[in-house]
Amino acid sequence: MELYESVNRNKRNSILLIFVMLALVFAVAWALTYVTRLGTFGLILALLLSGAYAWGGYFYSDKIVLKMSNAKPADKKQYPHYVNAIEGLAIAAGIPMPAAYVIEDDAPNAFATGRDPLHASVAVTTGLLKIMDRYELEGVLAHELSHIKNYDIRFATLVVVLVGAIAIMGDFAMRMLFYGGGRRDSKGGGGLLLILGLALIILAPIFAQLVHLAISRKREFLADASSVQLTRDPSGLSSALAKIGKSTLRVKNATDATASLYISNPLPNKFLSLFSTHPKIEERIAALKKIG
Amino acid sequence: MALETIVLAGGAVLILVLGGVVLIYNGLVTARNRIDNAWSQIDVQLKRRYDMIPNLVETVKGYAKHEKTVFENVTKARAAMMGAQTVGEKAKADNMLTSTLKSLFAVAENYPQLRANENFKLLQEEIAGTESKIAYARQFYNDSVLSYNTSIQTVPSNILAGMFGFTAKEYFKTEGAEKENVKVSF
Repeated sequence: MELYESVNRNKRNSILLIFVMLALVFAVAWALTYVTRLGTFGLILALLLSGAYAWGGYFYSDKIVLKMSNAKPADKKQYPHYVNAIEGLAIAAGIPMPAAYVIEDDAPNAFATGRDPLHASVAVTTGLLKIMDRYELEGVLAHELSHIKNYDIRFATLVVVLVGAIAIMGDFAMRMLFYGGGRRDSKGGGGLLLILGLALIILAPIFAQLVHLAISRKREFLADASSVQLTRDPSGLSSALAKIGKSTLRVKNATDATASLYISNPLPNKFLSLFSTHPKIEERIAALKKIG
Repeated sequence: MALETIVLAGGAVLILVLGGVVLIYNGLVTARNRIDNAWSQIDVQLKRRYDMIPNLVETVKGYAKHEKTVFENVTKARAAMMGAQTVGEKAKADNMLTSTLKSLFAVAENYPQLRANENFKLLQEEIAGTESKIAYARQFYNDSVLSYNTSIQTVPSNILAGMFGFTAKEYFKTEGAEKENVKVSF
């Protein structure tokens, strides 16, 4: 029952997020076209832009995320253990096999993305493949497959796109202000742009943190537990988590936007542990010990 | 007045019961289809391993000609696999094939040149990978059978199961140590 509830909740939250995205992109685009005096044409442009963004966000976000993370499709000849393990676990989970990707990075980490189990991808770093044995790798992959099965990936990937949108728009507004805003005839326009740009720049990280919090820490515990149900072996995942926790390396291509996707926080620790996107590794290992 | 109320109440109850029947029936059909799907996953993997065996035997023969009994056992087990039809028969043949392959690989350990052979290494990884997929497919199949069998034996779905001929399905048993399902609490 737990699984179906979380699937439905993820689907519901994803729809909500798409509407937020639509409204936000529309508002900002319209404000921008308003100060540049495009009139009705600007309104239509803003509508088209927000529609296109939401549409692209839903259908192409996984590809964007994979590209951002510099993930390359995994060759079965080069990584036979990895590809075989995903295939086997997908059978155990009763979902189609997700696309397997590899990221050239020494930091051990992994994430899953996509919009549903039919359109899903798993990416792991070469560092992870290097230090994990078969059971540990299976534990990590089963965790990612649980995110896919739970539809966590749909919501989490949409969050990445939305946070990215806010960052891009803030950046854009500030650029317009400094470089294009020289036109003195647009009275008051510069002021509005400044406020908008500043608001977006301040808003972006706060918003990102808030949504990360919405990706509740319970999600990670749930995925850990479902992982064990697939592999029937709590020790694999817990020793994998211990190894990941020990590593001090950071994933180079991870950003604030994509951080919440990873199995373990890929960025340097922030001072506010309250805003942490992931529960402490020790807590997760302790929870796994209870299962065993 | 009173008659109207009774008719309305009766109608409401009837609709509720019919709705429940439809829901339960659909749930049973879904569960049964999941088992068929799970079974075909096992079958695909069994077939994959089955197809790799002649190649494997040929490769090993090139280096270890006189290990006749091992080859005979593998060939026999493979033939048994082909003849197996029901879930029980396939499970038995699968167990036999797994254990004969294990002894084949154990024999191969004694031939360093064979172990260094690229083709052999590839086949060994492929067969090991396929065997772990068989184990996972079996796990998914047995989990599906468990939830289906439970639902056709418990009230109220057992009534419908009896009426529409949903019968219990057979587990895919293994002789090796089966991985126990773990208890998960949140």
